[in-house]
Amino acid sequence: MLQALTAPRTRKLWLLLGYAAAAAALFSAPLYLSDFRLNLLAKFLAFAIVALGLDLIWGYTGILSLGHGVFFGLGAYAMGMHLKLAAAGGRLPDFMDWSGVTKLPWFWAPFESFGVAVLLGILIPAALALFLGFFTFRNRIRGVYFTILTQALVIITVTLFIGQQAYTGGTNGLTGFTKLFGQGLKTDGMKTGLYLATVIVLIGAFVLCRYLVKSRFGKVLRAIRDGENRVRFLGFDPAMYQMAAFAISAALAGIAGMLFVLHVGIISPSMMAIVPSIEMILWVAIGGRGALVGAVIGAVALNYAKSSLSESYPEIWTFFLGGLFIVATVFLPGGIVGLAKQIGPLFRRKEAVHDQALNPVLRESNRSV
Amino acid sequence: MWLTQLFNGLSVSSILLLIALGLSITFGLMKIINMAHGEFIMIGSYAAYVTQNVFKSALPKSAFDAYFPVAIVVSFAVAFAIGYLLEATLIRFLYGRPLDSLLATWGVGLVLQQVARSIFGAPNVAVTSPSWLDGGMRIMDGVVFPYKRLFIIGLVLVCLLAMYLYIYRSGPGRRMRAVMQNREMAACLGISTRRVDGMTFAIGSGIAGIAGCALSLIGAIGPTIGTNYIVDAFMVVVLGGVGKLVGTVAGALGIGMFNTLFEWWSTASLGKVFVFVLIVAFLQWRTMGLFAVKTRSLD
Repeated sequence: MLQALTAPRTRKLWLLLGYAAAAAALFSAPLYLSDFRLNLLAKFLAFAIVALGLDLIWGYTGILSLGHGVFFGLGAYAMGMHLKLAAAGGRLPDFMDWSGVTKLPWFWAPFESFGVAVLLGILIPAALALFLGFFTFRNRIRGVYFTILTQALVIITVTLFIGQQAYTGGTNGLTGFTKLFGQGLKTDGMKTGLYLATVIVLIGAFVLCRYLVKSRFGKVLRAIRDGENRVRFLGFDPAMYQMAAFAISAALAGIAGMLFVLHVGIISPSMMAIVPSIEMILWVAIGGRGALVGAVIGAVALNYAKSSLSESYPEIWTFFLGGLFIVATVFLPGGIVGLAKQIGPLFRRKEAVHDQALNPVLRESNRSV
Repeated sequence: MWLTQLFNGLSVSSILLLIALGLSITFGLMKIINMAHGEFIMIGSYAAYVTQNVFKSALPKSAFDAYFPVAIVVSFAVAFAIGYLLEATLIRFLYGRPLDSLLATWGVGLVLQQVARSIFGAPNVAVTSPSWLDGGMRIMDGVVFPYKRLFIIGLVLVCLLAMYLYIYRSGPGRRMRAVMQNREMAACLGISTRRVDGMTFAIGSGIAGIAGCALSLIGAIGPTIGTNYIVDAFMVVVLGGVGKLVGTVAGALGIGMFNTLFEWWSTASLGKVFVFVLIVAFLQWRTMGLFAVKTRSLD
């Protein structure tokens, strides 16, 4: 009895210790990483925020969105527009000059202010997600139909951004940023500050997602994933929950996009196209869907692999990426985190495993999804 | 000229139809989202390219024009074989998991693209179309229907007829429809659902191969030729409804025509937005698409 009480508690303690160690390692990274590496890590952590949002919608609610590149891109463009205006310093952004635009378009004006730009970078993706969710989930358009629609959303957004060159910078996107808050964007102090800001936002996003999935709201999300019709028969309205989860997920992607632009200094339509969008899914799949830590690990690990492999061997990277998609779906439905759960019982005492096999509740909770 | 636009719309629709045919059947039958379908188009295109090269180097010049009919058959056969292989080695592990099948086949597509890049090189290659397809039919002043486009429309009609005969007038087609409507019951009645799945997937892939062969007539071909069409083809399936030939035809005509018309009226980028909004609006009214198989089941 005593053992049964303490066992989960010690586990929790270890988990907390692990989180604390990870946070400490992230916060102290500027001390031991070179500037170049720190910038890379900052980019990966921004991607991890998208992965958290995707895990919320895919891992917990069972809705596969291939459109998160769009939400990411909208956030990134919001920040990019602000930086572009800051760099232009009161005049028109350079690409508008080239395209013959003489007056700043009305929808560019609000982005002059940093606060408004950040707010719009969160609200526009969330609003678009709510809009799409409203017209799909309410009509029970779901599963692969929804997935295909999100992919079409990516295509049209990308063609729109390329086509409206005078207002969006076209294929080249937005770049040539210089200043944020009147400070140089390339200075060491600014880079460290932006990195730390990313770490704080990531931790905030993680805590938020964790709170959401542990709450009653999260329970309903998982119930929708496992049996939408049963949830409906129990008197819930799945569409409301799906829309909320989708909007939160899109907002997180928007935030990640804003941070991404600050680190990388460019945003172009190709970064929100189909391939990046589906790569985001792979981060979650490899890390472990339905496990928030998995999403973060997957995003960082895969991007690390990409930056170290793709520069020297681009062909191998594509084979590797394609292979990962196949392996992740066929052999590793629970990702890296799920793998730990899959092989974990092999090392435990026999009776414990036996107990688990007999207890349907335990078995159910351990089932990989 | 509206007549030219109409013809262009018809031409776009016909290619979309050819691509969506295979998708709609595999999706309806096996609930598999085959994202590698675009790569079967690519395989078909490169098969045509290789056939052309063989004809150029091994046969006398006078025989060159005859390569295209041969290329159609070769494209179909190669895509069919690779499709059959893919179904047997990977797809069959993914039944009942449509979203996973989407991701896994996307991975397959990436690998196939890279293989093509390694064999044929990254730059696009061109296929010389046979001389009997040069030129066009002059309808009136300023309106010319190119023979290539007309030929493709004809080819699509032949494929459509063949598919119709296969699905609705043949033994294997009857078994296929039975599995599509009720897999368990069909299996109980002695239909080998495994064999039906394999054949259907292979045929769908083969038709994509023919589509690729047709595409080689109207432009250069490269490793990513399929990705340009795949999402539109999926929209055809969503719009038309799953599992019925007439739905796919209607979906392809709808999307192809509206796309061309909107792009004519506004710009290419805005036209795509209009079509997307129209499709979402349409799905408000008919969630399962134009011609869905009626069913009482909840999902």
